[in-house]
Amino acid sequence: MRTPPWRRPLALAGLAVIGAWAVIAIFAPLVAPQNPLAQKFGILLGPSSAHWFGTDELGRDVFSRVLYGARITLPLAVILIVAAMIIGAVLGGIAGFFGGWVDNVLMRVADLVFAFPGIILALAVAAALGPQLRNAVIAVVVVSWPSYARLVRSLVLSARSAQYVVASRLLGSSGLRVLFTDIRPNAAGPVLVLAALDIGNAVLLLSGLSFLGLGAQPPTAEWGAMVAEGAQNFNDWWVGLFPGLAILTVVLAFNFIGDSLRDMLDPRTARAVRLR
Amino acid sequence: MNALLQVEGLTVALPTRSGYQKAVDDLSFTVDAGEMMGIAGESGSGKTMTALSLFGLLPHGARVTGSIRLDGTELTRLTGKQLRAIRGRQIAMVSQDPTAALHPILPIGTQLTEHMRYHLGVSKAEAMSRAAALLETVRIPDPEQALRSYAGQFSGGMRQRIAIAVALAAEPRLLVADEPTTALDVTVQAGILRLLDRLRRERGMAVIVITHDLGVMSATARRLAVMYAGRLAEAGPTAELLGRPRHPYTRGLLDALPHPEALEAGGARLVPIGGSPPSLGRVPDGCPFHPRCTYAQPSCATSRPEPIPVAEAHLLACPPDPLRAAS
Repeated sequence: MRTPPWRRPLALAGLAVIGAWAVIAIFAPLVAPQNPLAQKFGILLGPSSAHWFGTDELGRDVFSRVLYGARITLPLAVILIVAAMIIGAVLGGIAGFFGGWVDNVLMRVADLVFAFPGIILALAVAAALGPQLRNAVIAVVVVSWPSYARLVRSLVLSARSAQYVVASRLLGSSGLRVLFTDIRPNAAGPVLVLAALDIGNAVLLLSGLSFLGLGAQPPTAEWGAMVAEGAQNFNDWWVGLFPGLAILTVVLAFNFIGDSLRDMLDPRTARAVRLR
Repeated sequence: MNALLQVEGLTVALPTRSGYQKAVDDLSFTVDAGEMMGIAGESGSGKTMTALSLFGLLPHGARVTGSIRLDGTELTRLTGKQLRAIRGRQIAMVSQDPTAALHPILPIGTQLTEHMRYHLGVSKAEAMSRAAALLETVRIPDPEQALRSYAGQFSGGMRQRIAIAVALAAEPRLLVADEPTTALDVTVQAGILRLLDRLRRERGMAVIVITHDLGVMSATARRLAVMYAGRLAEAGPTAELLGRPRHPYTRGLLDALPHPEALEAGGARLVPIGGSPPSLGRVPDGCPFHPRCTYAQPSCATSRPEPIPVAEAHLLACPPDPLRAAS
């Protein structure tokens, strides 16, 4: 029934791509041929043997900038998804466990977030906090946590009346102990699957905010911001294409991994995520 | 006799759309230390509510009156924290469906040691070795391996044995088994009951077995209580109750069991009890059983019968006592 990871070509491809980007991110200073911020070359030179991805409008090496971009996107994606996961799981757990007005308040706040298209709300939050990479991350977390809260809440609700939970209470467990020992292990799998599927979204959202000027600020080598520069130099296709491809490969690879994880760990829960 | 559990006038009222309705009505019984007692009745007769009331874990909004004393301690007046210290440690429960009662994704060892460590405060290593010994006691082969396994890897009968081991983890003095054999194959049922009986003897632990199957009880329980619509119909020594039932309802339950001998003699295969038990809030006036009773008299519809002693340790809630001649 369970296909091992090495028999899943897409999962393997995804892992390879993310692995490669992770190596690049860690060893960027060694791998990159040029300083990503050095403006010492001719402007808008096409791809050549000296500059594989050409140079941008300020005469910087696009190849080196794309490699350095991994140092921003990958760790931030992981940090923000972990933050969204923790915030969502804690709030969802509280809502599901205590029920009543606590549940109502938390879930109506979650509904409020769901009522906006993600990118619009993220834009509003990022704009309100001021255009900074850190604020863009906060904005993406604000948009992402409700999915986790809803998932964990529903898992807690269904587990709370499960017989093994009742059995545990009959043997003297307090409510909180039931939540942590009996219910938490049930939630871990689905939450991880959701995170793996969601991390691609998060990368896109973060890059999108940078593209719109609300995330990373110049001269930072960030992929979304670089695509934005490319959009202003439309005839010099290499300026925007290569960072765009970088975003594409990362998002695609994360989604491959997420899909395979879902198939392996949890065939039923995370289906709803794809509808978003 | 030293009574371990004394239940007096227990009444459990559950909130329904038409107000509070009594699921258990003025029930009294006692359980001695180290004794196995059976509580029998159809679905909806209040057996499970009686059990849950011992644990103080009734559905939300339920009202309990009467007294439940465990070794002199009045359970109905305890706080949540005091009750948690008693659940598992003094009284433990094995529930009906062993498939659902064990956690699907926690190893057996974790489930066995969790309550042990909480109630007895033993170290993790000590808990693990006790857990292995417990599995040995309930006759699980290769306990060390079983501790690392998951519920799904065992058969139904094995799971029920493990569930019993989990309930025994903190060495309770009273074990309540709610339909412990209902979900199991007939061939496995006897094994589980023998196991409960052996644990009772070896540990001096009292056992209450709740069942709808009188046949299940015949070999193991010393005393039997038959409930109908939340009230006690008849209670007494098992052999006497099954051999010479005095209450028409007890008789009906026995007749509804398959009797191969009767079939050979050309008798009826099974005799069902006509009608169905009253639902919550539709309990008739007078004797709750009278609409289904073949011996019903006019007085049965008006006056509510109280259980009265009719023989040594034998209580009967049926004033006309139509079966007295038969006994």
